[in-house]
Amino acid sequence: MPSIELKNICKYVCREVNLTINDREFLVVLGSNGAGKTTLINVIAGLVDYQGSVLFDGVPVDRLPANKREVGYLFQGLVLFPHLDVVANIAYGLSAREWSPSRVEARVNELLDLMNIKHLASRYPRQLSGGEKQRVALARAIAPSPRVLLLDEPLSSLDAQTAKYLRTELKQLQRRLGVTTVYVTHDLMEGVAMADRMAVIHDGRVEQVAEPERVLFYPHSERVSDFIGAPNILDCDYYRDLGQGIVEVGCGGLKLTVPHDGGHVSKVAILPRHIYVSETRPPGLSVNGFQGTITAIKPAGNTVRIWIDVDHNKLMAEVQSYIFEEMNLDVGKEVFIILRMRRIRCYEGSAD
Amino acid sequence: MPVAVFLALWELVARLGILPGHFFLPPFSTVVVEFYQLSASGVLGENFLSSLVRVLIGFCAGSVAGIAVGTVMGWKKVINKALNPVISLFYPIPTLGWIPLLMLWIGINEMLPITLIFICSFFPVLYNTVTGIKNVDSDYIKAARTLGASDSKILTTIVMPLALPNIFTGLRLEAGMAWRVIIAAEMVAIPTGIGALLMKAENLIRIDIIIVCLIVLAVMCLVSEKFFEYLENRLTARWR
Repeated sequence: MPSIELKNICKYVCREVNLTINDREFLVVLGSNGAGKTTLINVIAGLVDYQGSVLFDGVPVDRLPANKREVGYLFQGLVLFPHLDVVANIAYGLSAREWSPSRVEARVNELLDLMNIKHLASRYPRQLSGGEKQRVALARAIAPSPRVLLLDEPLSSLDAQTAKYLRTELKQLQRRLGVTTVYVTHDLMEGVAMADRMAVIHDGRVEQVAEPERVLFYPHSERVSDFIGAPNILDCDYYRDLGQGIVEVGCGGLKLTVPHDGGHVSKVAILPRHIYVSETRPPGLSVNGFQGTITAIKPAGNTVRIWIDVDHNKLMAEVQSYIFEEMNLDVGKEVFIILRMRRIRCYEGSAD
Repeated sequence: MPVAVFLALWELVARLGILPGHFFLPPFSTVVVEFYQLSASGVLGENFLSSLVRVLIGFCAGSVAGIAVGTVMGWKKVINKALNPVISLFYPIPTLGWIPLLMLWIGINEMLPITLIFICSFFPVLYNTVTGIKNVDSDYIKAARTLGASDSKILTTIVMPLALPNIFTGLRLEAGMAWRVIIAAEMVAIPTGIGALLMKAENLIRIDIIIVCLIVLAVMCLVSEKFFEYLENRLTARWR
C-alpha cells in the first residue's frame, strides 16, 4: 500500500496544504464544518481539479483521473446505488475493472462473508438499515482492493451505539487489510479512538499532525486547543497503581482517581465540559471531587466558561448557559467540582 | 362501477328522449351495434390500423431521438448550452401549428402525420430526459468514478437507470398526446385513419360513428399511458 504525499495543495478553502500519510497508516483528518476536510480527500481521490501535487509512493498521480487512482471512497451519505441490489453494488467496481464474472462472484462472496452481510445479498439499499448500508458501502469500497481508502464521516448518520460498534469494526478491518486510510471527521473522540495520527485542519490549513494523545496533551496552537475543547492539562508528580485498571495520580496537590491500564502517567487531561460544577457539596462519596474559588467567568456561545482555582491549580469548567443562569455563580464564590472519572485521559509519554 | 352507472344513465337519457331525440344522442346500445358493424365490415379496423402505424412510427422515432439528444444534453454541459436556446425556441410551438408548414414542405402523405407525432413526442421526451439526467445526484457519479468506472459505463449503468423515472414520465404523457395529435392531423389533412373517419361521420351526421371513434381514441390514449406506467413499474418499482 502506498504512502501519500500532498504538496502545496490549493483548492477552495485549502491553502498550501502539505501532508504525508504513511504506508498502512490510519490518519484521521479532524476539523470543523467547512475546514476543508472533504476537499482534501476529494483531491486525493482526483474528484476535483486542484493546484499542487499528490504523490502515491513518491509518484505524482495528478494526471490520473479518479477512475484510475485505485482509491476506495466511502462517502458521507454512503451513496449506495439505489437501483442495484447489494451484490450488484459490491460487484460494481469489479466489473468496472473488467474482472471475469467468476472472479467477481468469488470476490463478492468473500466480502459478504467478511462483512457478515450474506443475508442481505439480494436486498436493495432502501431495504437496509443505516448500519447495514454502512457495511455494504464499505464492502463496495474495498472490493477492488484499493491502494488507498478514503472515508468521509461515514458514521455521522448513525446512532451513537451503532457508530461506536462500527468504529471498532472499521479499525480492525483496516488493520487486517493493511490499507493506507484517511478518515475525515469533526468528532474528536471518534478521531482519538481510531487514529494512528491525527491531522487537525482549520480554515484550510493543517494546524497539527501528531498521535492523538499528543494532539490532546500538546496542542500546537490556541486554535487546535479550542477545537479539541480546550482541555485542562495537568502535570502529574505522583502515581500509584490501585489495581484493576485504576490508578491514583497527584497533580499539584490534586489527587485524582483515574481508569488507566498502562505505565506511569505523566499528564492527565479533562475537557471543561466534563467538569461538574455545584454551589453545594454533592451528596455521597465524591471521587475526584474538590472545592475551589471562581476566578473568572466568560460566556462562550451557548456555554459559559468558568475558571476555578483549586489548590493553586487553575481549572476551566464549562456549563450550558441555561444552567448557568439558574445557578448563582460569581467571581470569588466557593464552588464544588467533580472531575468525571471516566472522562479523564492519561498521557504516558514525555514532552519530546 | 362509475363507468357502468354512466353508461346506464346514457342509455336511459337517450331512450327516454330527455335530450332532443335519437338524432343528437344515440343510446349506448346503438353505439355498440355500430361499433360491431364497423368492425365486422373492416372499416374501423382499417382506419384504426392506419392511425396506429403512424402513431407507432412517429412516437418511436420521436422518443428515441428525444432520449438520445436529451441524454447527450443532460450529460455534456457544453452541448446543453449550445442546443438549449434553439430547442427552447421550438418547444413552445403547438404541434398542430406545424401543420400548414409541413403540408407545404412534405405534402399530404403518410410522412405528414408521422412527422407531427415525431415533433409531439420529441420535445417533451427530450426535456424529461435532460431533467432526469441532471437530477441524478452527483455523488453517485463520483462514487462510480472512484470505483473505476469510465464515463460511458457511468452513463449506461448509473445515470440512465436513475433517470428512467423522469424519462418514463415524458413517455407516458406523450404516448397519450400522440393519439390526440394524430386524430387532429387526420381530421385536417389526411383522408385515412380514425380522424378521417370522424370527419366523414360528421359530414354524414352519423353521431353514433363519431362516438365510436371517440371511444376508440379514449381507449387508445388510456392503453398507451397504462402501457408505459406498467413498463415503468416493471423497471423501477423494485428499487424506488
